[in-house]
Amino acid sequence: MIYCIGHSIISSLGVGSEANVAAVRKGRSGLKIYHDRYADVEPFCASLFDTPQEFVPLCVRCIEDAIGHLSFDICHLPETIIIVSTTKGDRLDLITPAKQIAAHFGNPNLPIVVSNACTSGVCAQITAKRLLEAGMYEHAIVVGCDLQTRFIISGFQSFKALSPEPCLPFSPDRKGLNLGEAAATIVYSRQPSAGSSRPLWTLEAGSIHNDANHLSAPSRTGEGAYRCLMDVLQGTTPEAIDLLGVHGTATPYNDAMETIAIERAGLQNIPISALKPQFGHTMGAAGVVETIICMLMAKRKDRTAEVIKMLSGFGGVNAAIRLKI
Amino acid sequence: MKTIHEIEITTTEVILDRKPITVQESGDKMLVELYRRYVGDYPKFFKMDTLSRLGFIAAELLLKQSAISGEQSVDAIILANRSASIKNDTDYLATISNGNYYPSPALFVYTLPNIVAGEIAIRHHIQGETAFYILDTPEQLEQIIQSTLQAQGTTQRTALAGWCECSEANKFYAKIQLLRTI
Repeated sequence: MIYCIGHSIISSLGVGSEANVAAVRKGRSGLKIYHDRYADVEPFCASLFDTPQEFVPLCVRCIEDAIGHLSFDICHLPETIIIVSTTKGDRLDLITPAKQIAAHFGNPNLPIVVSNACTSGVCAQITAKRLLEAGMYEHAIVVGCDLQTRFIISGFQSFKALSPEPCLPFSPDRKGLNLGEAAATIVYSRQPSAGSSRPLWTLEAGSIHNDANHLSAPSRTGEGAYRCLMDVLQGTTPEAIDLLGVHGTATPYNDAMETIAIERAGLQNIPISALKPQFGHTMGAAGVVETIICMLMAKRKDRTAEVIKMLSGFGGVNAAIRLKI
Repeated sequence: MKTIHEIEITTTEVILDRKPITVQESGDKMLVELYRRYVGDYPKFFKMDTLSRLGFIAAELLLKQSAISGEQSVDAIILANRSASIKNDTDYLATISNGNYYPSPALFVYTLPNIVAGEIAIRHHIQGETAFYILDTPEQLEQIIQSTLQAQGTTQRTALAGWCECSEANKFYAKIQLLRTI
């Protein structure tokens, strides 16, 4: 079992997890229509930073915010690993920025970059869980980040996957997704005492499955997503889950696939959270951003809660995690 | 953890279980030569980018060697490299250059490194885990493979795991193993 001892989100909605969750509670959205942000690219709707950000400084700022409350210098320790979740990194280079982040904090270990398409942010948390539970490290700093570029927007437009207006996950009128940019960090530790406040969320289970069906279209039966949900439900029951954070890209196929997987797993009566209308699809950051929001939104009056976060992506990959407090 | 089979593919050499396979061609053409000789019935191969062709051929030869296929037999595909999908990213960039803007969805789908793992999963109906990591050195992958298989339980697990990299045209390297937990 590993403990969440810190977290942070930086998005167009604000700086810090609390600011972002407050914005979500108020129903605010970072989505705007952009007409001429990139040459040749058709107008698009996305959640972008007002001031363009750079990958490494943004990740550094986000990690600093997530570790600021800790009473010890977690970054310098040889038992701390930095795991970066991203799909496009800093202008297509993924390893150099990860090493720059580790170097900035004086971390002695080579960082790990998880690049598993849109599931990266959940997969990176699963990687953290495994490395910590195998006793290879004591702490893991998981930072997810992607910034939008002409490259990404043009590609999704060529796929006809983008909605020209704010997206509508799980709505019959959904027309496609909106992209977004953000950085988000979760700090995990094997030691609950490393956190400054209790109780702490624990990462209970994680699972990754491929549909083995199509590179860019989800499985009609939701096979991979269903298998992930069944795996993370081991050790609990569907009734115990307070909130299910879906991928909810608002493309016709994704949401239909998720609906099938959720029903097959017996989770159809659980409240779901689809956050793309607030943040857009933040790609490598999505799994981290949406896990944090689910944790902060789900807490019950008795301060206990259990949430599942699921994601699916290109390459037929699906992932899910279960957290508990 | 035991290595059942191992393949190493450079731009001029293919070594399967420490024995070289004779090839006439080199570079991208060598991958096509291997496809025609050992596969031949999967035309989707020609849609793939070089990174996917490389991983696809490696998996094909490894699984042929062990005569196993199907979802029950491979539990995880764990691949890594240093340069992600940079070769295909560069090819896609050329389709959106200024004054010549025709973004290609067929190329865009390959601008993610994990697509090669997806291609192998589709070909062999592997519905287990697929994962792609970007690492500075191949040694880092050992921890990841070990902790992945350890986390998947105490029953015997089989994984296709290793390095799969294509940094530019006609420049690639793969060293992939079929592993089994004891």
